Amino acid sequence: MTTHVGKPTPPTAAGDLLERPATPGQRLHAVLHRQPALSPAIVLILAGVVFALLNSRFYQLQNLSLIAQQVAVVGSLAVGQTLVILTAGIDLSVGAVMVLSSLLMSKLVFDNGVPGVLALLAGAALAVAAQAVNGLLVTRIKLPPFIVTLGTLSIFTAITLIYAKGQTVSLPPGGFLLWTADTVSIGQLHLTNGVLLMVALYVVIGFALRYTAWGRHLYAVGDDVEASRLAGISVNRVLLSAYMVAGLAIAAAAWILVGRVGGGDPNSGLNANLESITAVVIGGTSLFGGRGVVLGSLIGAVIVQVFDNGLALAGFDPNYQVLSVGILVIAAVSVDQWIRSVKA
Amino acid sequence: MSAPVLEARGLVKLFGRVVGLDDVSLTVRAGEVLAVIGDNGAGKSTLIKCLSGAMVPDRGTILVDGEQVHFKRPQDARDAGIETVYQTLAVAPALDIASNLFLAREIRRKGPLGSVLRMLDTREMRRQAEEHVKRLGITTLQNIGQAVETLSGGQRQAVAVARAAAFGGKVVILDEPTAALGVRESGQVLRLVKDLRDQGLAVILISHNMPHVFEVADRVHIQRLGGCAGVVTPASHSMEDAVAIMTGAKTLTASAE
Repeated sequence: MTTHVGKPTPPTAAGDLLERPATPGQRLHAVLHRQPALSPAIVLILAGVVFALLNSRFYQLQNLSLIAQQVAVVGSLAVGQTLVILTAGIDLSVGAVMVLSSLLMSKLVFDNGVPGVLALLAGAALAVAAQAVNGLLVTRIKLPPFIVTLGTLSIFTAITLIYAKGQTVSLPPGGFLLWTADTVSIGQLHLTNGVLLMVALYVVIGFALRYTAWGRHLYAVGDDVEASRLAGISVNRVLLSAYMVAGLAIAAAAWILVGRVGGGDPNSGLNANLESITAVVIGGTSLFGGRGVVLGSLIGAVIVQVFDNGLALAGFDPNYQVLSVGILVIAAVSVDQWIRSVKA
Repeated sequence: MSAPVLEARGLVKLFGRVVGLDDVSLTVRAGEVLAVIGDNGAGKSTLIKCLSGAMVPDRGTILVDGEQVHFKRPQDARDAGIETVYQTLAVAPALDIASNLFLAREIRRKGPLGSVLRMLDTREMRRQAEEHVKRLGITTLQNIGQAVETLSGGQRQAVAVARAAAFGGKVVILDEPTAALGVRESGQVLRLVKDLRDQGLAVILISHNMPHVFEVADRVHIQRLGGCAGVVTPASHSMEDAVAIMTGAKTLTASAE
C-alpha cells in the first residue's frame, strides 16, 4: 500500500485559481474575523463624523464628557454580560441584580447606619451570590441560561420591590457610596470616578481574558463545550466562575448607579438588562459563544450613547434613537453571521 | 517480552439489562500497536471508554505498569499517562493550533507575571507546539498560530494526535482516527501511528477499516457481542479470518492463538 506522505501536491488545473489574490471581500472577511472589535469601531467613527457634521456641538468636550458619564453604568454591566455571552450563554438578570445590589448598598447606609465601605462590600457580595445562583442553576440543574436568568430576572426584581417598600433612598452628599459621582477633570473633559472605575474594569477583565488560562478556557468552553470537557477543562467551574466574575462587574455597575441616582431607586435601570446585551452584540461578540473581545462591548455601549446624544443634538425625535439601535443590533448580528463563516 | 503498560482484567459493564462488556481482558505493551475491531455494538467504544476514564466498569480491574488504578474521570487516565483522541476530535475551532495543543495544560510565564498576574507564556507554548509537530513529522501543519477551524479534517486529526502524542506518557488511544479522512490523509495518520509506536508508546487503535488495521497493528483484539472473540496477529490470520471471527462465521480455536 503506497501513500503520498509528505510529497508536494502535484500541479492541478485549480493551481492558477489557488494562486489568485484574495478579493477585497475575502480580505475584509479575514481581517474582521481576526479583529472582532474592528467593525463596531468603524461604526463608531462613522457615527462620530456624521453627528459632528449635523451639529458642531457634538464634539465639544462638555458633550463628550456627558456621553462618558452616561455610558458608565451600562458599560460596566456589559463587562459582566460579555463574560456570560462568551460562554454561549445569556444573562437577562444583570440589570435586576445591579438594582438590588445598589438598593442594598444605599439602604444599609441610610436605614442601618452601616459605614459606606461595608455597605459596598455587602452589595458586592450580594451581586456575586445572586450570580452564583444563576451559575449553579446552569451548571448543576443543566437549565438553559436564557430560562434561568428569565426566572431570576423576575425573582430579583420582585425582591428589590419588596425590600424597597415603594420608596427610594436619597443619600446625603459626600458619602463614600457617592464617590463614583465625584468629578475628575482633565482640562475641559469632566469625567467621574465612575467612568474611571468602568475603564479599570475593562482593563482588568480584558487582561484576564487575553492573557490567562482562565480566559482561554472561557473562550474554549463557549466555542465547544464537549471538546473543552474532553481536553480536561472543568467546564462547570469555568461556567460558574464566568457568572460570579460577572457578579463583580455588576457590583461595580451598582456602585456607579448609586452615584448617578444619588442613592437607591428600585425603578432605576429598568432597561439595563437589554441595554447590556445590546452593547455586547453591537460590540461584535458572538451570541453563539467563544468569539469576541470585551473592548468591543465598551465600543458598543458608547455607540448606543452616541446615537442617543447625536440624534438629540441633530434635532431628531428620541424615538429615532430607539429605531436606530434596533437596526444596529440586527446589522451587528448579520455581520457576525458572515464573519463566523469560515473558508478553509 | 516486556511487561504490559496497560492491562484490563475481566471488565464488565452493564447498561440496565443490556450487556455492554462481558468479561473482557486486554493487554498492550510499550512499542506496540493493538488494534481493536468489532461490529457495531460489539463493545469497542465501551471498552475504550473504560480504559480512558470516560466510563467506570461495573466489575474488573485496570492496571497501569502493573499497579491497579481506578479511573473516575478522563483526567485520571490522563494523569496516569493515557491520552485519548476521540472520534469527535475534541478541538476548539476558534483557538489556534498551539492553544489547542496546550488546552487545559497552559504554561505560565516565569516570575511574578506568571505567579501573580497568571499571565500565559504564549511564545513558549508556540515554540514547544512547533517542536512537537516537527518531532512527529507532521508536515501538514504549517502555521502553528492558525485557527483550527481553518484546517481540513486530516489536519485537525493531526492536531488531536499531536496533542495526545505530546502528553501521552505511556498509552495513546485513537478512536476511529481515519473514519472521516481521505486516502492521503489516512496514510498520514497511519504513519503517525507507526511513529508513536517507534517512539516507544503503546497505541490502541479502534477502527472499522481492515486494510488500515492490518497495515499498522502488531496484534488485533476482536470484540464480538460484548466479549472478546480472540486476539490475532496480521501474520497468523488474514483479513478474511478476522472479519469471519468478528461476525461469528468462524471461531478462534485455541491452537491458533
